[in-house]
Amino acid sequence: MTHLASSASDHRTLIMWLFGVFVVATLGITLWAGRQTRDAADFYAGGRAFTGFQNGLAISGDYMSAASFLGIAGLIALYGYDGFLYSIGFLVAWLVALLLVAEPLRNSGRYTMADALAFRMRQRPVRTAAGISTIVVSIFYLLAQMVGAGSLVALLLGVSGDGAKRWTIVAVGALMVIYVTVGGMKGTTWVQIVKAVLLIAGAATMTVMVLAKYHFNLSGLLGAAADASGKGHAFLEPGLKYGVTGTTKLDFLSLGIALVLGTAGLPHILVRFYTVPTAKAARKSVLWAIGIIGVFYLMTLALGFGAAALVGPKTIKASNTAGNTAAPLLAEQLGGGAGSTGGAVLLAVISAVAFATILAVVAGLTLASSSSFAHDLWANVIRRGKASEKEEVASAKLAAVAIGATAIVLSIFADKLNAAALVALAFAVAASANLPTLLYSLFWKRFNTAGAVSATYAGLITSVTLVIFSPVVSGNPRTSLFPHSDFHWFPLENPGLVSIPVGFLAGAIGTWLARNPADPAKYAELEVRSLTGLGAH
Amino acid sequence: MAPPPETAPETFQHIEQSPEFRQLRSSFRNFAFPVTAGFVLWYLLYVLLSCYAPGLMSTKVVGNVNLALVLGLLQFASTFAIAAWYARHADRRLDPSAAAIRFRADAVLPAQADHTTVAEEAAE
Repeated sequence: MTHLASSASDHRTLIMWLFGVFVVATLGITLWAGRQTRDAADFYAGGRAFTGFQNGLAISGDYMSAASFLGIAGLIALYGYDGFLYSIGFLVAWLVALLLVAEPLRNSGRYTMADALAFRMRQRPVRTAAGISTIVVSIFYLLAQMVGAGSLVALLLGVSGDGAKRWTIVAVGALMVIYVTVGGMKGTTWVQIVKAVLLIAGAATMTVMVLAKYHFNLSGLLGAAADASGKGHAFLEPGLKYGVTGTTKLDFLSLGIALVLGTAGLPHILVRFYTVPTAKAARKSVLWAIGIIGVFYLMTLALGFGAAALVGPKTIKASNTAGNTAAPLLAEQLGGGAGSTGGAVLLAVISAVAFATILAVVAGLTLASSSSFAHDLWANVIRRGKASEKEEVASAKLAAVAIGATAIVLSIFADKLNAAALVALAFAVAASANLPTLLYSLFWKRFNTAGAVSATYAGLITSVTLVIFSPVVSGNPRTSLFPHSDFHWFPLENPGLVSIPVGFLAGAIGTWLARNPADPAKYAELEVRSLTGLGAH
Repeated sequence: MAPPPETAPETFQHIEQSPEFRQLRSSFRNFAFPVTAGFVLWYLLYVLLSCYAPGLMSTKVVGNVNLALVLGLLQFASTFAIAAWYARHADRRLDPSAAAIRFRADAVLPAQADHTTVAEEAAE
């Protein structure tokens, strides 16, 4: 794709400027927020002072990641209808969070997901399990974002920019650590809000431009996409990616289940509910998020089919096998095509928006995982509750640096994977390890420490093991992480179909076999507190 | 860090036994549980149809718009509708009764009152 690389490098300065403006503005916000961050509640929960609408925007910012913007658009552009399942699953999943999780969690927890999980259990074992699972889920999710960043850089700087690509990943990692350590939750939340507004504006502009090309006739756009795909009407029907064999059909089902159950177990989303003062405000923030995210995913339809129709799957695949660059390529096409000034400008703007997206999401993930390390593992497990607030926050900042470094190193290896598919793995792990414990803990009176520990570990170990021995990691010469070796024995790419039932089942078995029954007084406290807000932090 | 004033465990058990709280709990559960089951089944039906009934899903509805796309868009519509429905239910049924229970508990424990009202004001 030499013409792309050259047209882009002519206007590389513009991209650098736009991105520089975003970085300077967000660093300014971070410094300002850092000055207002005094105690642990400020650092972990932004002082619980955000409104429902602000938090709704921030949740949308946290949730509409590189996976949504780059990944889904790419999957729709390459596989047509089958890519659309991601949009639907990612959205419907919010109802689980709205109806069952957001308000009880806000009322019963304090800073982390484990606060709610360990509420009526023995603290150390449950916090250890939940803390580990928080960090694992966040690292999977971080990887997806970094992979998206890598794909973008490869597009902008040309295929030979391997060194530049690594430096970009390092720069993204360094920035996210600064956002988190300096700005805490307050700074990170404002970065999410700015990013959500930019992303919605960018996606809306492109959507209107795509639809205008087809005189706002959806059927016309679909027809053009089907023609350009070379697959005809099959492009608009389910089955192109997942309908090939019985195994791929099961994979689709597995993906569908993981998507719909994963959201309510994502630690970086759950901690957002602590940034508002009440359960009612938490509910309002989810309602806003559903509206914003829903509209955004409707736009991914136009972006994906638009990229298929106007750019064409061949060009997209040549630029990035997984389709991660479909949206920026579409922007270039809409601006006037490769080599034109308009094309370069729009490419630069959309790429800068995508970078902003990635940067904001990695900051949110780093904050959630380092908070969990400090508050759950360090303060409550290792120091047994004797750590001072200052020490706890300091260990969170150190953890942010360590997690940032881990993500940087891992993501240099994972650049062949589709960002959305990678995020789907994070969803599967969250749905297997976190959701069973969360739901049982809130709604099942008999559920106890043994149940919580077995559900979390069983879900976590099953899902991660199945991913390691799946075609995602080895066995597929084109798309695997290790294309040259083959040690896979699990046929599905997404483990949810097996690992989610394992998580729920292990929770029930652990509860039944436990020697120490649940404490009814603690359950009474949790129930009253979660439904009424009495005694909530 | 200053934790909010602790409410005595007996108070919670006492509230949990009260008819008002039982009413609130069933009002929440009788809405949330069946509706969750409903939308999960509706979503699974859509996923299973996409997997195992591609012929049916490719039925043309208008122009190039087929049944698969219409059902997908209906998932969006039902998500928005259920969210709005729950918001209304919570506003009318859950919030007033939760506030009443909290108010009564605050009357028993004056220390708690300060905390809750501040939080509520901030929410507005």
